[in-house]
Amino acid sequence: MKNDPSLLEVLRQQGVSRRGFLKFCAATASLMALPPGMAPVIAKALEQAHRPSVIWLSFQECTGCTESLTRSHAPTIEGLIFDAISLDYHHTLQAASGSAAEEARMAAMKANKGEYLLVVDGSIPTADPGYSTIAGISNLEMLREVAADAAAIIAVGTCAAFGGLPHAKPNPTGAVAVSDIITDKPIINVSGCPPIPVVITGVLAHFLTFGTLPKLDHLGRPLAFYGNNIHDRCYRRPFYERGQFAESFDDEGAKKGWCLYKLGCKGPVTYNACATTKWNNGTSFPIESGHGCLGCSEPNFWDLGGFYNALSEPSVNTGNAAAFGLVAGAAVGAASGIMARKEKDNTSHAHQKVTVNDLKRGESQ
Amino acid sequence: MNIEAVLLWIRGPGLGLALGIFLFGMAIKLLEIFLLGRKKNLAAVRSSGVAAGFRTILSRSLPPDGNILRRPRFTFIFGYAFHIGLFVVMFFLAPHIEVSHALLGLSWPALPTPVVDVFTIISIIAMMALLWHRLTSPLLKYLTTPQDYLVWALTFAPLLSGYMAYHHLLLPYTWLLSIHIGSVELLLILFPFTKLTHAFTLFIARWYTGMMAGQKGVQS
Ligand code: SF4
Repeated sequence: MKNDPSLLEVLRQQGVSRRGFLKFCAATASLMALPPGMAPVIAKALEQAHRPSVIWLSFQECTGCTESLTRSHAPTIEGLIFDAISLDYHHTLQAASGSAAEEARMAAMKANKGEYLLVVDGSIPTADPGYSTIAGISNLEMLREVAADAAAIIAVGTCAAFGGLPHAKPNPTGAVAVSDIITDKPIINVSGCPPIPVVITGVLAHFLTFGTLPKLDHLGRPLAFYGNNIHDRCYRRPFYERGQFAESFDDEGAKKGWCLYKLGCKGPVTYNACATTKWNNGTSFPIESGHGCLGCSEPNFWDLGGFYNALSEPSVNTGNAAAFGLVAGAAVGAASGIMARKEKDNTSHAHQKVTVNDLKRGESQ
Repeated sequence: MNIEAVLLWIRGPGLGLALGIFLFGMAIKLLEIFLLGRKKNLAAVRSSGVAAGFRTILSRSLPPDGNILRRPRFTFIFGYAFHIGLFVVMFFLAPHIEVSHALLGLSWPALPTPVVDVFTIISIIAMMALLWHRLTSPLLKYLTTPQDYLVWALTFAPLLSGYMAYHHLLLPYTWLLSIHIGSVELLLILFPFTKLTHAFTLFIARWYTGMMAGQKGVQS
């Protein structure tokens, strides 16, 4: 690793000016909610940083996360930073294949023992290891093996972070998140389906600068990016407050840009940087293009009860439980009602009427 | 278990459970009442009494002789303010109508949120006033049982948490929504087994009183 070019050198080779580089550092500092004074520190650290070895494992995934990160918008510095790491193993991007690829992984693990970063996208099947294998090795086995000597793990995408789409009911593969298997390593969840590209470079920059992971929320996501609620940052919020909701995707309300709550927007329970960082080089984010937020950076977003159902609606069909309650209640109520009636009849039959004789007897005594 | 999983349970299986228990309890309660039957009316009836029953439902809801001073004023004013407010909030907030639409397929126009907001605040204030009145009036205090405090809390919790959820006050929305829907579920579960059933039995009783009076040809 000693002879490796530093990050800055790699960026220079790619035609990035020093000015552009510093701008990136300042942007990263502000994105990560670090004080502006941190920008030169980041720049200095990144300049000197040697390309960290990264091993990227792809399990049950759709490659959307890799697409999102590598094709974000060419050529962004985020993308170049990504190029600047020493991506020693990534079976979609690497040239080598078969046993040569696996050898590269083993070599990188050996050479950078305890120092390499492990990036995972995709969930891990636990029902049957045969559901997903690489070079004949089950995902579970490979994850355990590579995680053992990693400095830290970045779970990229909702599948790796929370199980994601494969984890959706009924979860036939028994898919789980990285954190369900590895418990003794620092894990950082960069959730989203896919995640915002700049989040991963931000995390990398943080790791390279401070040698630590950024502050995380209760779900292991970097707070700087996942600390904000979509709904709180949504420009359609005033319409929500006023109760002006689009009822369909082509009605007057939709044209006027009213709130998408009734069309199933999950923004109120979603934490991500979409509303501020935006997508496609800052062009827009889903709500801005007229579609409600799916909540893709949240656990179980697929099972939140239908993308087009309002958040206040039940997430499962409650008809059975209700019908069962009603029928059982009717049965018990009828039984108890009939018993009460019987008791009433019995009591009235057993009731002894006072006769004239009774009264007379009372008089004579 | 994180709060996201809690919310998922509350919006799904938890809601089913609560609805099931609510319907179970209410079916028992109402069938028990209806199946008990009434004594045979031996006198000739003057009218079916059906119309009179409905009239009484209305007349008992209005102040006697149009003069509210003839009722305990405090209870009357705040009681109505609270009940009307609760009714508006429950049935005219857009997200609530979505619930009805999902469960029963029924929907109707919502009121603008700021209007519902005003009613929510009225309800909250009225409920607090009623509690204060209950705590300070010696007569009311004497009549109060622990269940009265329970049903007050069961009703107040959804109102307050709903208001806080809509306005994102104090806690993250995921928490507030969980608390709000959870508190409604608690209300549903205990509803059939407490005096909250008055929401149903009140009208049955008033109608019955009116009908009996109508059959006898007297006004109730
Ligand atoms: S569109 Fe979604 S995130 Fe925006 S205000 Fe409406 S509910 Fe909230």
